[in-house]
Amino acid sequence: MARKPVKKKAPVKSTGHSWDGIEELDTPMPRWWVWTFYLTIIWGIGYLIAMPAIPLVHGATPGLLGKSSRADVAAEIAAVKAKNAPLDEKINGMELSKIASDPEVGAYAINGGHAVFQTFCIQCHGSGAEGNKGFPNLLDDDWLWGGTIDDIYTTVKHGIRSEDDDDTRLSDMPVFGDDYLSDEEIASAAQFVLSLSNRQTDPALAEAGAVVFEDNCAACHGEDAKGGREVGAPNLTDNIWLYGGDLATITETITNSRHGVMPAWSVDGKLSEAQIRQVAVYVHELGGGE
Amino acid sequence: MGILDKHSIIEKNATLLLILSFLVVTIGGLVEIVPLFYLDNTIEKVEGMRPYSPLELAGRNIYVREGCYVCHSQMIRPLRDEVERYGHYSLAAESMYDHPFQWGSKRTGPDLARVGGRYSDAWHVAHLTHPQDVVPVSVMPSYKFLKETKLDPNMIVEMMRANQVVGVPYTDEDMANAVADFKAQADPDADWDGLLSRYPKAQTRNFDGQPELTEMDALIAYLQMLGTLVDFSTFQPAASR
Repeated sequence: MARKPVKKKAPVKSTGHSWDGIEELDTPMPRWWVWTFYLTIIWGIGYLIAMPAIPLVHGATPGLLGKSSRADVAAEIAAVKAKNAPLDEKINGMELSKIASDPEVGAYAINGGHAVFQTFCIQCHGSGAEGNKGFPNLLDDDWLWGGTIDDIYTTVKHGIRSEDDDDTRLSDMPVFGDDYLSDEEIASAAQFVLSLSNRQTDPALAEAGAVVFEDNCAACHGEDAKGGREVGAPNLTDNIWLYGGDLATITETITNSRHGVMPAWSVDGKLSEAQIRQVAVYVHELGGGE
Repeated sequence: MGILDKHSIIEKNATLLLILSFLVVTIGGLVEIVPLFYLDNTIEKVEGMRPYSPLELAGRNIYVREGCYVCHSQMIRPLRDEVERYGHYSLAAESMYDHPFQWGSKRTGPDLARVGGRYSDAWHVAHLTHPQDVVPVSVMPSYKFLKETKLDPNMIVEMMRANQVVGVPYTDEDMANAVADFKAQADPDADWDGLLSRYPKAQTRNFDGQPELTEMDALIAYLQMLGTLVDFSTFQPAASR
């Protein structure tokens, strides 16, 4: 049965294409669409005039609005700095120990220090400052280089064994496995170190280790093994361990030595003086500060 | 309707449509691409930039090989939050010896454009070996095999030559010393003077704490120099750019 030809709507033009009685109509685009299209063209021309756009010989046309992302960010940072400047200046001019209790800048310093800590310090020291293997816990009162606010400030500012700062905190535990001590001496010294924190040891070895300790370790760690902060030598009697306190780890530490590194945060403008002071106050306030 | 009706001529002629489309795309492409080769702000000269040292280049190739750019960008945008977190915004010149550049387009991890000097080598080793040991919430996979994969110094000359071909100005002296520099950078007993005169500010030490030269050494040597070459205490950005 033959189909009836489709009836075309009266006002719409035909394109002239017709196949088997089916015709292609030239229906215009909806009016709203056409006008939106024209508006985008006008907007585009306006944008070219207002914003940096058309490339010329050395640079692009600057545009009537003078938009510059470099200038914008510089202005934004300068505005924030200017706003904080009175507080920062006061912090920079104050004795470190008085900042936290100062009614004007105390809260600012601790909150600012918290922000600095969350951005720059947590990767090593942990988000709660609880530390990690090789990266000290900052919550307890066991400090390698000292836990007074001035000590913490110096550590943050100059780092530890940082290659970028001549004033960095520096000490060099010998690699005792290299010629200094025999395997037996290291084994006995490790037993003696275990005994310092009252743990089970081989008494004969530990006794021999006491001699090894006195000859090789006491100079930095102290006769009483309570450590020496001027050289960052840890207290070995408190059973708080940076790298681990089991026999295997202690043996490894004596054999290969440990040289933990902390960046010097004042170098290359990583942190401003005020930021360093803020984070020092924050860390001091965490609980272990002296 | 005049000119708009003439459009049907193009619509009805496939070859003409193709030719005209090509013309439009060509003009658009030229206008977008050509200025990048001569505009002052894209070819801004910045003091301190130098080609990568051989070991850094090898580290960079490991960075590319492992797809670090999939999760880490190397492009600090001029926005206050990024500048305060990562450091000075990136300059075009800082990628001038990157082939290909590592700007990236997505941050699952943080931006690395200025990661150099922010962490200790020991941190990098711990982090690359098992990221969750130092950052418990990290989704980064382990790259501990880098510590076990020894580096072959023979490929470095070819690597540098490939970079020369695409425009990195390694000198004859650089090429002649390539293998020696490659081995020296992570060797604490080596003489670093020549290396440092050819590649100022290169980081020189045993990076992974192991005696052998491994991929871990190369990658950390690269990471520790990222973004450190330009001295921003003296750099004055032209604000109009």
